[in-house]
Amino acid sequence: MSGIGLHKKLEENTGLLIFGILFVSSIGGLAQVMPSLFQESLRTATENTTVYSPLEQMGRDIYMREGCSLCHSQQIRPLLAEVERYGPYSRAGEFVYDRPFLWGSKRTGPDLHRVGGKYSDEWHRLHLINPRDVVPKSIMPAYPWLAEREANANGDIGRRLAALQKLGHPYDAEDIATADAALEGKTELDAVVAYLQKLGTAYGPGDKP
Amino acid sequence: MSAKNENPKSEFYHDRVVTALVMLAIVWAVLGMAAGVYVAAELVWPTLDFGEPWLSFGRLRTVHTNVVIFGFGVSALMGTAFYSVQRTCHVPLFLPRLAWFVCIAWQIILLLGGLSLLAGITSGKEYAELEWPFDIAIALVWVCFGIIFFGTIAQRKIKPIYVSNWFYGGLIIVITMIHVVNSLAMPATLFKSYSLFAGAQDAILQWWYGHNAVGFLLTGGFLGMMYYFLPKQAERPIWSYRLSIIAFWAFTYSYIWAGPHHLHYSAIPEWVQSLAVVMSLILLAPSWATMINGIMTVSGAWQKLRTDPALKFIVLSLAFYGLATFEGPMMAIKSVNVVSHFTDWTIGHVHSGALGWNALITFGTFYFLVPRLVGRELYSVRLANIHFWLALAGTMLYVLAMWGAGVSQGLLWLSLDEFGELRYSFRDIMASMPPYYLLRLVAGLIFLSGAILMTFNLFKTISGARTIQVRPPAVRGAGASV
Repeated sequence: MSGIGLHKKLEENTGLLIFGILFVSSIGGLAQVMPSLFQESLRTATENTTVYSPLEQMGRDIYMREGCSLCHSQQIRPLLAEVERYGPYSRAGEFVYDRPFLWGSKRTGPDLHRVGGKYSDEWHRLHLINPRDVVPKSIMPAYPWLAEREANANGDIGRRLAALQKLGHPYDAEDIATADAALEGKTELDAVVAYLQKLGTAYGPGDKP
Repeated sequence: MSAKNENPKSEFYHDRVVTALVMLAIVWAVLGMAAGVYVAAELVWPTLDFGEPWLSFGRLRTVHTNVVIFGFGVSALMGTAFYSVQRTCHVPLFLPRLAWFVCIAWQIILLLGGLSLLAGITSGKEYAELEWPFDIAIALVWVCFGIIFFGTIAQRKIKPIYVSNWFYGGLIIVITMIHVVNSLAMPATLFKSYSLFAGAQDAILQWWYGHNAVGFLLTGGFLGMMYYFLPKQAERPIWSYRLSIIAFWAFTYSYIWAGPHHLHYSAIPEWVQSLAVVMSLILLAPSWATMINGIMTVSGAWQKLRTDPALKFIVLSLAFYGLATFEGPMMAIKSVNVVSHFTDWTIGHVHSGALGWNALITFGTFYFLVPRLVGRELYSVRLANIHFWLALAGTMLYVLAMWGAGVSQGLLWLSLDEFGELRYSFRDIMASMPPYYLLRLVAGLIFLSGAILMTFNLFKTISGARTIQVRPPAVRGAGASV
């Protein structure tokens, strides 16, 4: 059989085998993933989507550090039950300043994409310091240390924004220069709450679905 | 392998590095599974972190996944790849010192990487959490792994490259490719970087990586292990050579496309999702072809199952492999995924693969391999048999608990009353989970206690012994083929 004959060549030549595996495993990525990476609509912000302020960006980084996205998704599916429970479904254009994306893969706790504005700052503070004070049966960990730490303890918020600027986030030199001042006196708790209150608020009547 | 058959002119096989990697894999297995048990307990008693950031669920869970996949899994794959590539090529390892470098460098990456995760240093991408300095080190080690592996193959004394080596080769090549691309990032500080891609595009790229790490490491890599160690233990050749060819290339081609089934109903293009559904279903064919090939290889040697605990583990692992590779495509269908996505069903699915397939086949391989490495009998066959039943019971209970939790979450979240209003609040549904989570904790403890028994058994087997020296067999007739 000629197929077996062809394979005999592949399996008797180390270089051909390496090339064969590389070639066959690349096709899917090139045909399916590559086009998406260049698709303009996936990286075009919706009308009301703005970059994170220094405090919000730091809050997002802390959210990531504590692994919040392991239990909370940020991706509302276009299903009746989800839209009723969480709000308007998620649009690609709302995530263009999310590096990395934090959609998550598990909802041990509820989705947070539209949590911004749903609860007061004070509720979030109480909840983060001890979730069971406000939700008695919650199984969420408590994060008391957030209230005790300075948001910009390492003084690197400027470098964080500068890296994001290089990737195309529209920060200007003044944003970066004043970033330290913006975080002055703020705790990590302030930063996380600011981030949570920003989440999902970009969706507005001006946005096309 | 008797000394009479050895080729006296050849160097010895380099097996000490194999012994080291096997021992390290066992240590990582116990540590990683213990971390898993701990985070499972935290989901039942959320105050178990005692207010310590490094003990918090969000950090420890990442340590659990990294240690079991990259500590236990990869150390086991490196060790078995080094062992089997020498024997299927009839030559000692190419650049044995580099093999020691790979072994040691990998352990250092895991150790420091694990500590960095406890410190909260993470790039935030699932299964690729280590920050950019580690990413560079990982890529370097992986390339060295490839140089040793393919260098050994290039020097082989047997003309055809045996099928286990295709799978190990796929592991090395594809993991290097997806790791490098998915880790592209802009560093801000030494321990903080931002992904080169944002939002929906980052999501597509990340699950291309995430899914194929499962594909080529947890599936393909371990199939390499299966293709060498199963026929060895059954003392029978692979049932169908032709099937192994078709299944390998079909697997390598189709796995890559299936990643976006992790992003169903999300803000990525519809066609990308639909294509992922189709390719996930197609993937069932090569997955089961390989399972059938494995099972049929044992056919005719079933009586060995009564006496050989190692073979029992491997046969059972193939059953779980079949289950997980059937369940995966089913969960990729959008109408099933709408229920299963974001629930504990996913966790159950992962563990039917990770415990039932990856861990069991590795346990079976180690029970076979360790006595041969040191030239001794297994310390206790009885303990190995007890371990078998603990592993089976633990896996079954785990999967059942997560099916229960996941299906009820999925259905209750979507449940609407006759007026189209939500029937249950999220909080009420969450509050009904602890019994399932408690059951899962018990399952994890059972599985972990089995792994601890194995650790004792294998370390007893090995203690005070040295890795025996084996030479390649004398090949009759130059360039003996097939």
